[in-house]
Amino acid sequence: MINSITSLNFTKNMSRESWVNLLLLVVIVSVPIIATLMDEVYYVNLSTRIIIIAMAAVGLNFALGFGGMVSFGHAAFFGLGGYVAGIAAFHSFEGTLFLGLIPASDQMLLIWPVALLGAAMIALLIGAISLRTQGVYFIMITLAFAQMIYYFSISLTTYGGEDGLSIILRNNFAIGNSNNPLHFFALCFFALLMSLWLSHRMVGSRFGAALTMAKLNETRLATAGIEPYSIRLVAFVVSAMITAFAGALFADLNGFVDPSMLSWHRSGEIIVIVVLGGVGRLFGPIAGAIAFVLLETFLGGFTDRWQLFLGLVLLGVVLFARGGLIGLMTGNARHG
Amino acid sequence: MVDSIMRIQKLYKSFGALKATDDVSLDLRKGEIHALIGPNGAGKSTLISQIAGSLKPDSGQIFLDGEDITQLSVAARAVKGLGRCFQVSSLAMPLSVRRNVMIASQAITGSSFRFWKAVESDKALIAAADEAIDMVGLLDRADEPASYLSHGERRQLEVGCALALKPKLLLLDEPMAGLGAGGSERLTGLLESLKLDIPILLIEHDMDAVFRLADRISVLVYGQIVAQGTSHKIRHDPLVREAYLGSSDLDVTGEVYD
Repeated sequence: MINSITSLNFTKNMSRESWVNLLLLVVIVSVPIIATLMDEVYYVNLSTRIIIIAMAAVGLNFALGFGGMVSFGHAAFFGLGGYVAGIAAFHSFEGTLFLGLIPASDQMLLIWPVALLGAAMIALLIGAISLRTQGVYFIMITLAFAQMIYYFSISLTTYGGEDGLSIILRNNFAIGNSNNPLHFFALCFFALLMSLWLSHRMVGSRFGAALTMAKLNETRLATAGIEPYSIRLVAFVVSAMITAFAGALFADLNGFVDPSMLSWHRSGEIIVIVVLGGVGRLFGPIAGAIAFVLLETFLGGFTDRWQLFLGLVLLGVVLFARGGLIGLMTGNARHG
Repeated sequence: MVDSIMRIQKLYKSFGALKATDDVSLDLRKGEIHALIGPNGAGKSTLISQIAGSLKPDSGQIFLDGEDITQLSVAARAVKGLGRCFQVSSLAMPLSVRRNVMIASQAITGSSFRFWKAVESDKALIAAADEAIDMVGLLDRADEPASYLSHGERRQLEVGCALALKPKLLLLDEPMAGLGAGGSERLTGLLESLKLDIPILLIEHDMDAVFRLADRISVLVYGQIVAQGTSHKIRHDPLVREAYLGSSDLDVTGEVYD
C-alpha cells in the first residue's frame, strides 16, 4: 500500500508479472534437466549460455533500467570477468605465476572475488569520469573506455592477443563437478538467482529509492539532500560487478576468451537484450536473453543474416511494446 | 542581524558584461517572510540559483545559520536545512505523493547507502514523510501518483517535500504562479502558519500575496537591491515606484499604489 503507482494501480498486473517470472524460471530449469535425461548435452549448454547472457544483462539493467544510465561499455566488464577466469585457468594449467609474481588458482571461489574486485575498481574509475556527463555524451564516453580496454586485451600477447586464450581445463567449484554440464548449469543458475535477488532488494531499498529518483528527476533528488552523482556511481559499480561475474562464467562455459568478448558489438547486444526483455523489469533480461539466444542459434543456423530478423523483432518491441517482452506477456506495457 | 538564519554578503555574478547579481546583501530573520521582488530580468532567478547552490557566485558569501555554505552543493545545502521549491514543479510524476516526500525524509533520517532493507516497510521513514504530507494537507492523497494532483496540489506537494527536510528556512520561487484564487489563498494560509517556525524567502510576482505575507521586502532591479525594508516602507518608496514604472510591469504599480 505504501509503494508507488505500481502497487496502487497495477496490483493485478504485478501478480501476473510474478507468474510470468516464475514461468520463465521453470522453463529455464526444466529444459536442461529434460535435455540431460535425453542425453542432449548441446541443449544443456545452450541453456547455460542463456542464463549467463541474462545475468550480464541483469547487471546492465541495474544501471540502465533502474538508474537510467545507458552504458555502451558493459562488454568491457563482461570481458574483464572472462579474462580473469581465462588467465587464472591458463596459469594454473601451466603452473606459472601471474606477472611472474602471483600464483594462480583454478578455484572459482577465488577467481570470482578477483573478477568482481577488478571490475569494481575499473567501473569506479570509468564511472567517476563518465558520470560527469549525461545523455549521448555518457554513451560515448563509456564506449570510448570500453574500446580502450578492448585494444588493451588485443595487446596481451601472453594471453593470445587477438586470437584469444583457450581454457583447457574448466576452473573448479567447491562442490560438484564443474565439467558436468548440468552441474555447471546449476552453478550459473544459482548465480543468476543471486543477481536477481540482489537487484530486487537493492531497488526496493533506500538506495534504490534514491536511484529511481536520480532517473526520474535528478533535481528533486539533489533538492532532497542526496547527491545524484554518488548514487549513480555506486549503481554503476554494482552493475559492472554483476556483468563481470557473468563474464567469468561465460569464459568457463566456452573454454575460451578472446577480445570479441569486450567488443562494442557485445555491449550493443547486452543493451538489445535489456530493451528486448523490458527496460527496468526485473526479469526482463531473462526474457530478452532467451529471445536473443534462440534467434541467434536457430535463425543463425538458417541464415547468416539472422540479425535482420533480430532487428525486426527489436523494432516491433520498441514501437509497439515499450515494456518489452515482459510487458507484452503481462499485458502491461508501461514505459521502462 | 543577530537573529538572521541566512545572510547573503556582497554577492556578485556576471555573465560576460551583464551583471546579473551586483553587490547583493540581504538577510532572512527568524520568524519572518522576506519577499524578493523585481521586474522581469532583474536577476531574481540568478540570485535564487546561487542561494540554492546550482550556480556559484563570482564572489561574496552565503551563510546559513552562521555557517559559510557558498561552496556547498545543492544536496549538501539541503541537508544543512535549506528547503527549496521550484518555479516549475519539479516532482517525480509517476511516483506517489508519499514517495516524492519520502526521498527528502530519507536524506535527513540516515544514509541513502543502505542497500537491503525495503523502504516500504521502513516505518520511521514513512511516519516522517506522512508528517510533512499532513502539514500541507495531502495525507488523504498520499498513495496517488503526483501526476494525479492538480496544479495547486502539486505546489502544496513541493512545499511538503521541502518541509520533510525539516528545513531551517524555505526558499520559494513564485509559489503562487498559475494558482487560482482558491489555491493561492490556501497556500498563503499555509505559508503564514509556517513562518514562525521556518522563515521564508519568497520570490513572487503576485503583489497581493507579497504585501499580505511579507514582513520585509527587497526590491531587485538590474541585479542590485534598490530598496529594502518593511512592507509598509516599500509600498511607499518613490524609488520602487520609479523602478517599476521604468519597466513594463504596470500591473505591479497598480497594486503598489492602490
